[in-house]
Amino acid sequence: MAGILVLAEHRQQQLRDITFEMLSKGRELADKLNTTLSAVILGKNIKELAKPLAEYADKVFVVEHDALENFVSDHYQSTLAQLIKQEDPLLIMIGHSSIGMELAPRLAAALNIPLATDCIGIEFEDNTLVVTRQMYGGKMNARVIVKKSKNYMVTVRQAAFKAQKPLRSISGQLVDFPYQPPSEAKKRFLELVTPPPGAVDITAAPLVIGIGRGIKDKGNIPMVEELAQMLGAVVGCSRPIVDKGWMPSDRQIGQSGKSIKPKVYLALGISGAFQHLVGIKGAELVIAVNKDPNAPIFGYADFGVVEDLFKIVPTLKKKIAELRGGGA
Amino acid sequence: MNIIVCVKHVPKCAEAEVRIDSTGKDIERHGLVYDINEWDDYAIEEAVRIKEKLGGTVTVITVGPEEANSTLRKCLARGADQAIRIYDPKLAGSDPYVVAKALSKVIKNMQFNFILTGVQAEDDGSAVVGPVIAELLEIPHATMVKKLEIKDKKTAVVYRELEGGLMEVVEVELPALFTIQTGINEPRYVSILGIRRAMQKEIKVLGLKDVGLDESEVGVTGSWTSIDKLFIPPAEKVCQFLKGSSEEVALKILEILRSRGLI
Repeated sequence: MAGILVLAEHRQQQLRDITFEMLSKGRELADKLNTTLSAVILGKNIKELAKPLAEYADKVFVVEHDALENFVSDHYQSTLAQLIKQEDPLLIMIGHSSIGMELAPRLAAALNIPLATDCIGIEFEDNTLVVTRQMYGGKMNARVIVKKSKNYMVTVRQAAFKAQKPLRSISGQLVDFPYQPPSEAKKRFLELVTPPPGAVDITAAPLVIGIGRGIKDKGNIPMVEELAQMLGAVVGCSRPIVDKGWMPSDRQIGQSGKSIKPKVYLALGISGAFQHLVGIKGAELVIAVNKDPNAPIFGYADFGVVEDLFKIVPTLKKKIAELRGGGA
Repeated sequence: MNIIVCVKHVPKCAEAEVRIDSTGKDIERHGLVYDINEWDDYAIEEAVRIKEKLGGTVTVITVGPEEANSTLRKCLARGADQAIRIYDPKLAGSDPYVVAKALSKVIKNMQFNFILTGVQAEDDGSAVVGPVIAELLEIPHATMVKKLEIKDKKTAVVYRELEGGLMEVVEVELPALFTIQTGINEPRYVSILGIRRAMQKEIKVLGLKDVGLDESEVGVTGSWTSIDKLFIPPAEKVCQFLKGSSEEVALKILEILRSRGLI
């Protein structure tokens, strides 16, 4: 077949956004290469979930089995290995997500298929796969050549490609594919744990102030909280602040935390790791304050201030107090 | 419990100015500060905590040149018992797949209950080494572990961090490999005395022959990927920089908030 194969991701009976992002990019590549696009979905009671995939893919492989009720990479790996051997796809696309990061490197090593991870650009140049990926905390992009091979595998960064319907109508064929158990099942799913609701809902606030590593010490957080109080804003943060235990996890903005959609997001001392930027895509306007002029956050901000937040925050508070007649 | 931790010595770029070097394929290394990869810092801490609770040994392994010794010594000062460094000039240009091959060759001959790595390295961000080692050693694995409970010599229960604050609880048979997520613990401060003591410990150095890898299996030839060139990421938005004194800048910020109806 030598086409393109996309692994559909779903959780709690919902297809994840990355699925459509990959199908969109996969469709574009398949059309360019004049080949076919297939999708594969594994799970239990997934017949309905498989249908939207056929709006993009020429063929949708549906693997329905009780053992696939929850994602366990071993069961995916054994089944996908079988499908890849049968279909011999040129390119296998998997999300760079908690599913794909668990599955893809191991599957690639088992089948000896060269893999490039966390891709934000994917193109073929004379039958060679060339990808773009980020390095050094988002400060550099790399053009990466993947070793010449019959089959290639990529993991695709979440939200790197736009999900868009194909230009022409496609009604792909749904095909059952058998589940293949792993030779030994040494990993068992026990349960999903949902986060407890936090005291403050940062997802609904019109003004969010985010703090990152630049805050330097837990003792500096009250200064920002006071500013937030004066402005009627809520305080969120990037991952390192939660990792250090300085703020509860329900305040974390980003891929493994929350996505916010405020009118204005004021980022203080946040460098702009991609995982954080995913969470602020919904912000109408971004103002970033960082003393490092090369901080990646400035590439995603509408307004930037290259300055120490310890200068800006007290001045902001002073000015607000003055504007309110010194009484605030 | 005998624990193996794979670590990487990396340039710290978060607050540094990062420039492309004359080859166009790498960054200008001169002037950058190197330290243990952030994820690995949590991994070594987790290993030492488990050892302190359950007994056993912690062995730390890296692939890298002599400078990487400082990261190994840091791990020894934390409480690791032994350190191994794999290096050969022929490894130049190797990608994470080759690194995983080299590590697994060495680990294969060792006694262990489980292996820890970081989820990813902060320089290349591949997140490949851990799961590939597990495949090559034919042991189970779990990635993005935010909580690790060793039940006995046969089982571990791990909490995997998913998207949007969700966690997945998985039971894994040992021996196994886990990739550790940041925030799983609070890495301890290393005392001067600890570092001094670690300076006296031996670091075992292994070359390509000792590892049992052929020249054709490493470097660019043995790798899945190779960097063609680096470039500065294009900005997604045109950022308008607010200039002036901090008073002027503060007033401009407040003006923006007012224009959006927020004050």
